[in-house]
Amino acid sequence: MTITTVDELSPDTAPGVVYDRYLAKGVLAYQRCADLDHVVFYPRVLCPTCGSGSLSWHESQGTGTVYAVTALHPRDKPAYNVSLIDLDEGFRVMTNVIGIDTTEVEIGMRVRVEIDTAAETPLPFFVPIESETENLR
Amino acid sequence: MSRNERELRGTAAIVGVAESNLGVVGAGVDTLDLIGQATVRALADAGLQKSDIDGLFCHSAFFNLPTVTAGEYLGIKPRYTDSTATGGSSFVGHLRHAAAAIEAGLCEVALIVYASTQRSSSGGLMTSGGSLFKSYETPFKPTMPVSAYALTTSRHMYEFGTTREQLAEVAVSARQWAQLNPVAFKHDDLTIDDVLSARMVSDPLTTLDCCLVTDGGGAVIVTSAARARTLKKPPVYILGVGDAHWQMNISQAEDLTRTAAIDSSARAYEASGMSPADIDVIELYDAFTINTVLFLEDLGFCAKGEGGAFVEGGRIAPGGALPVNTNGGGLSYGHPGMYGIFVVIEAVRQIRGEAGARQIENAHVALAHGNGGMLSSQVTAVLGDESTL
Repeated sequence: MTITTVDELSPDTAPGVVYDRYLAKGVLAYQRCADLDHVVFYPRVLCPTCGSGSLSWHESQGTGTVYAVTALHPRDKPAYNVSLIDLDEGFRVMTNVIGIDTTEVEIGMRVRVEIDTAAETPLPFFVPIESETENLR
Repeated sequence: MSRNERELRGTAAIVGVAESNLGVVGAGVDTLDLIGQATVRALADAGLQKSDIDGLFCHSAFFNLPTVTAGEYLGIKPRYTDSTATGGSSFVGHLRHAAAAIEAGLCEVALIVYASTQRSSSGGLMTSGGSLFKSYETPFKPTMPVSAYALTTSRHMYEFGTTREQLAEVAVSARQWAQLNPVAFKHDDLTIDDVLSARMVSDPLTTLDCCLVTDGGGAVIVTSAARARTLKKPPVYILGVGDAHWQMNISQAEDLTRTAAIDSSARAYEASGMSPADIDVIELYDAFTINTVLFLEDLGFCAKGEGGAFVEGGRIAPGGALPVNTNGGGLSYGHPGMYGIFVVIEAVRQIRGEAGARQIENAHVALAHGNGGMLSSQVTAVLGDESTL
């Protein structure tokens, strides 16, 4: 595991750059602080919990649970949802849950990250995990 | 040596308040014109001259270097300047900074001023939250700020069973207050069904769960308690102000149903020596219907999760047990981009007994609560008349 310290900040190690590099490989990445193992997201150069300037990168399993959801209804475009997902490793991201009618996204639904690495800017979208969602209904 | 903030209690008072023109001011009237208009009116309300002002407080999404820009237009060369920018809550926070600066001798007469031509200006909604760094939210196209509040609402409904009808009751109560306020933007009747059947913007919030987009401005003048007693209006004392922010982005909130108003109100109650039971009238920042529910909980007027049931049955409407947003609020009075200065102005008018048809009897203590960003910054002020000292 590579630990990056605050003094190593460079265009190559900048938190946002490293995050995007992982996404380009199809991985949702997050950080932990080297001192107390706090989970850190969004990527930073310090741990917002304890202030540690030493952080390591980790690959998320990409599974999580919908924490909050809103369906947007633009006047001239199809509806879509904006959701907050609690990843199983203990961090939260904003995303769109795709591959499902947007009005059917529910709090508590189990979801998995889906990253289109062929996209110009790969982003972590999420899709329902059907096998883990059935017992919600 | 650290001092107790309680020492600031009642050392400064609000002595002048005014609104600029409100609603739709029309093309060509710009933000600084409204700032000038509100300032002239607030000085007249206080019986002070512009030359008395030596402290200037301002925030704006329309221009950078807010106090410097406003100071030039107004012809004020302040010896104390404060452009603290915490979004719509800024102007409530300015009260605390003004009281501290006056007590420390850094200035004697402070002007807090804000205006926006949000409705008449072309180019869409102006917000002060824009940034040039990477966002982990905007790629997913939330419509901010409404989507942040909609996400919060979804979670409050999920955890506590809060209903859309209860949220609609907030909008209906605000409208009933607005009908008693001649300068409110909306006066037509509003029903719960109207709110529920309005166009959905960001589920579960409809257009009528969202604040208005209007023009308008306001000014508030603060000076020392001693000087306040020599002026023409009864002083409205700053008893205690609490400031708190926990995050900027909604995805960084630890718990969507609990806001930093928990901390800001605890600090304001500690500094003022007051508690929710002492408050006669509440003016809070209702950018969306969920705000009123969340803040009534976080300010301690009901338990967490009970805000929805609390607002039922007209409890916060005219004639109800707890008067909330007596000017009609951001939902029905007006909301020019940032609303914080208006919670202060209405609280002052209620304490002075100047609120006309919407006046609360025996209003000695008012709570004015500001919100900024995406439920990000929270500032709570407790204000009171001479009897509270």
